Amino acid sequence: MISIDFILLVSTLMMFAGVYGFLTRKSTLAILLSIELMLNAANINFAVFNNLLFPQGHEGVFFAIFAIAIAAAESAIAIAIMINIYRQLHNISVDKLTKMKW
Amino acid sequence: MDYSQFLNMQAELSLLAVIVILFVADLFMCADGKNGRGVYNTCLPVVLLTAHTLLNLCPSCQGAGEAFGGMYQHTPMMSIVKSILAVGTIITFLMAHKWLSRPENLVKQGEFYLITLFTLLGMYFMISSGHFLMFFIGLETASIPMAATVAFDKHRYESAEASAKFILLALFSAALLLYGISLIYGSTGTLYFNDIAAAVSFFNSSTNPVMLLGLLLFITGMGFKISLVPFHLWTADTYEGAPTVVTGFLSVISKGSAAFVLFTVLIKVFGAQDLVYAWDQAFLWIIIASITIANLFAIRQKNLKRFMAFSAISQAGYLVLGIMDGTAQGMTSLVFYLLVYMVANLGAFAVLTVVEENTGGITMDSYNGLYKSNPKLAFLMTLCLFSLAGIPPFAGFFSKFFIFMAAFKAGWHWLVLIALINTVISLYYYLLIVKAMYIIPNDEPLPGFKVDCYSRTALFVCIAGVVFLGLCGVAYNYIDAFAYGLDNMVNGLAEPIKCCCPSSCH
Repeated sequence: MISIDFILLVSTLMMFAGVYGFLTRKSTLAILLSIELMLNAANINFAVFNNLLFPQGHEGVFFAIFAIAIAAAESAIAIAIMINIYRQLHNISVDKLTKMKW
Repeated sequence: MDYSQFLNMQAELSLLAVIVILFVADLFMCADGKNGRGVYNTCLPVVLLTAHTLLNLCPSCQGAGEAFGGMYQHTPMMSIVKSILAVGTIITFLMAHKWLSRPENLVKQGEFYLITLFTLLGMYFMISSGHFLMFFIGLETASIPMAATVAFDKHRYESAEASAKFILLALFSAALLLYGISLIYGSTGTLYFNDIAAAVSFFNSSTNPVMLLGLLLFITGMGFKISLVPFHLWTADTYEGAPTVVTGFLSVISKGSAAFVLFTVLIKVFGAQDLVYAWDQAFLWIIIASITIANLFAIRQKNLKRFMAFSAISQAGYLVLGIMDGTAQGMTSLVFYLLVYMVANLGAFAVLTVVEENTGGITMDSYNGLYKSNPKLAFLMTLCLFSLAGIPPFAGFFSKFFIFMAAFKAGWHWLVLIALINTVISLYYYLLIVKAMYIIPNDEPLPGFKVDCYSRTALFVCIAGVVFLGLCGVAYNYIDAFAYGLDNMVNGLAEPIKCCCPSSCH
């Protein structure tokens, strides 16, 4: 049986890898991937807490399932917006999204 | 299964009925290519939504209740807030008439109503949530379609850029919020609001670092939605790029619902003594930063939508001032502030919208000498700005006064002092617009035009609110009768101790 510490370590690393990616990547698609990493880190947390700490219910697992569905909806609309930007700029780098500043 | 529990969800079900009717109407009555005129443009949605609001206006006939084993909770206060949000949406629809009548928007008008109403439905569920799952689904239902409306002007680049900034930061904040919720689940083992509060006191885990980190991430996620200062960077860009009508909706409805939910969740879930101390400290600095920094940035703005964005950030700071200590009086003043802020801000946005749609002017310079060509509009704009700044005869003064009183009574004296000083600064930049309209000479002001009847109605409702809400104390007393806070809450389930039905007291 793997101790809960190791799994939480993995999820925390995933979370902060996502935050790092969000802050440093230039392509909006890479930023979107980083956000998916963060969401999945939270989902791992839910599954682990449910299985190892509170095995009498299924609340955490169900929350994770709903969170995955919501993340899918979010990515769909985010990608639609990226496509709209690509049609106008022929580029999806965040460096180009600078018309409105300050 | 007991189907009578659906009766507690009256507001949501009637809004769903409105959405279904509009959806079918959009299929059969949409603007076709032949004559290019919308058959039900504005009229049908406004009438249906008004009927929906009137149906749910009376909170005392419903009382408190819950559905789905406590996942959905309902208190009379919540139906007041829902009615306020619905009225704001009606005003937004009225404002949107001219914009939606543009040739490129005619075929899309049905989508605008549906998307906006779905965000409203999400806010309803978020407000009434009794479980973090319902809360999260409601929050995302409220924010994902919002990105689609921000990108509604598909062929305008600013709109696309604004929606990209909005969706990326909304996703980022949602991810942080989700991580925070998972930590709260890890430290208490449940996600029901009432059970979490019970578990915190049972395990005595209010100083548990995991719980505190969960609280911090929760505040961060909500701070993005309300656009409080360390999390406000998307606001100005999104507000500037979005269509003006959508900006009005974002700055009032979306922000106001999130602020109310922040209040209810904080007192329900994080009501333990140590946790209250923790979030009071956090909000102390967030409020000071929001009000001050937003005020300083607002002074240097030239684009009026951007200006209103910073004004909205600073107003959000005042709104959150009602949260300090989570008292019942704080809730009353928060909801009253939300109501007054809604009419004043939407009134200002209605003027911005009609001026932009008729003449294309949106910068501060183009408003120079507006009084000469459009005296009535300039006067209405002045009233709204005076109310936003908090000048006495208008409602804004009373809402600011009540919110300062609540914070002062809770013991945050010097915080109130800083907020007061900032009110003076805000008066300065609101008067910049008034000065531009009345005093700065301009040989070629914007041409005079006739405002369409829908926008007139919206302006009339807003101005009536600005003038009368402050003078009639009834509104404040009515809200106060249903308020609840940490100082008068009965065993977790929010029930006001004061009389539930104001009509029976008289």
